[in-house]
Amino acid sequence: MSEIQNLQTYDPFADTGEEDAGQPQGYIHIRIQQRNGRKTLTTVQGLPSEYDQKKLLKAFKKEFACNGTLVQDEELGQIIQLQGDQRLKVQNFLGDNGIDRNIIKIHGF
Amino acid sequence: MSDIESEQNLAEVKSEELLFDPSLKKKKKKKKAVNFEDEIGDDENQVENGDKSAPAEDNEEEVKAEDDDISIFADMKKKKKKKKETADKEKPEEEAPEPSEFGDLPTKRKKKKKTDMLEFEKQLKEGEESENRQDDDIFVGEGEQDIKETKVEETWLNSDRDYTYQELLGRVFQILRQNNPELAGEKKRYTIVPPSVHREGNKKTIFANVADICKRMHRQPEHVIQFLFTELGTSGSIDGSQRLVIKGRFQQKQIENVLRRYIVEYVTCKTCKSPDTILTKENRIFFQQCESCGSTRSVSAIKSGFKAQTEKRRRQAAQ
Repeated sequence: MSEIQNLQTYDPFADTGEEDAGQPQGYIHIRIQQRNGRKTLTTVQGLPSEYDQKKLLKAFKKEFACNGTLVQDEELGQIIQLQGDQRLKVQNFLGDNGIDRNIIKIHGF
Repeated sequence: MSDIESEQNLAEVKSEELLFDPSLKKKKKKKKAVNFEDEIGDDENQVENGDKSAPAEDNEEEVKAEDDDISIFADMKKKKKKKKETADKEKPEEEAPEPSEFGDLPTKRKKKKKTDMLEFEKQLKEGEESENRQDDDIFVGEGEQDIKETKVEETWLNSDRDYTYQELLGRVFQILRQNNPELAGEKKRYTIVPPSVHREGNKKTIFANVADICKRMHRQPEHVIQFLFTELGTSGSIDGSQRLVIKGRFQQKQIENVLRRYIVEYVTCKTCKSPDTILTKENRIFFQQCESCGSTRSVSAIKSGFKAQTEKRRRQAAQ
C-alpha cells in the first residue's frame, strides 16, 4: 500500500491468472443435485488422493450434521455424497483445512 | 474540502452499510477508500516516475470492466437490492433469539435453515452486490476527483509549484469529457434481458427466453443449454415454441446465477473484458475469439462430472 504504485510492474502479456495453475485437472468439484421435493444432494468430486476419503466423510458428517456416503465411480474415482445442500460448508471446511480455495469449484445454482 | 466531503461520503456509506451486512461490505469499501487515498498520497512520488499513465489507466479500466460484468442483468438490479435489504432486515431478528431458544427445536431448526439460505444467497450475490456498490463507488470517486481536480488546478495556477501527474491526468480527462465524452470511457453496458422463468406443474421449470438470450450473447443455444443442464445437474428439452423445459424446480435468480457464470466463462473476453466475442469449434476444442481486441483463447469444455443416482426406479432398471 505504501509503495509507489507506478513501480509495480504490470505485464500485459501475462496469463490472466485463472486455470492452468500447475494442475490441469486438479479441481475439486462440488455439485448439487435436486432430489424429490426440496431435497438435495451434494457431491464432492476430485478430492486429492492424499486425503483419506473415509475420514473426510466422517468429519463432514459430524461437522454438517448430515448423512453421507462414499461412492465409487469407474472414471471419477471416489466421490463423497452428502445429504442436503452442503456446498458452501464443504468449501469452507476444505478451505479452512489447508486446501487452496482456487481449486475448489462450486457448481449449481 | 474534498477531504471533508469524501469523509462525509464515507461516513454516509458506512452508516448505510451498518443497516445491512457490516462485515462483508465494509471490507470492500475500505479497500476502495484506501486505494483512493493512496492515489492521492502518491501524487508527489508519481511525479518522479516516468511511466505513470499505465497504472492509473489500468485502475480505471479494471473498475469499468468490473462494472461491465456486473451490469449484465441491469434491469434486475433494483429488484435484487430491495429483496436483499428486506432479507437482511429480517435476519437480525431471526438470529437474535437463536442462542437463547434451545428448548423448541423445530422452530430453531427452521430459523437456522433460513439464515443459512440467506447467508448463502448473500455469498452468491456478493459479487453482484459488490458490483452494485462499485457502481456507486465509481460514481462517488469520480465526483470527488473532479471536485478535487478543479480545486487543485486553481492552486497550482496561483502558486509556483509544479503540477503533479495526478492533476494533469485529471485535467486531461476533464477536457476529454467536456469535448468528446464518448472517448472518455463510460463504455456502454452489456445488458441481457433477465431470464423469464416460471414453473410448469410441480416438477418442471420453463425458461422462456433462452433463444433470445442466446442470440444476445452470440452463442449457440445448444451450448448454453448444455451448460445449464450440467451446472444444474438435470436434464430437459426444448418445447415447440423454443422454450426450454428443465426438470426440477428452479427460481429465476438461480438460473440467473448460472447464466452469469456462463457469461463470465464463455462470453466475456478475458483480456479486454468485452462481451463481444464469438465461439468457434476447431478439432473438438472450443475457441473464443474477441471481436473488439482480437484475442483468441480456448475455453474449457463442458463436463458433466459425477451424477448421483437420485431415482430408485432407474437403478432397478439398470440392474
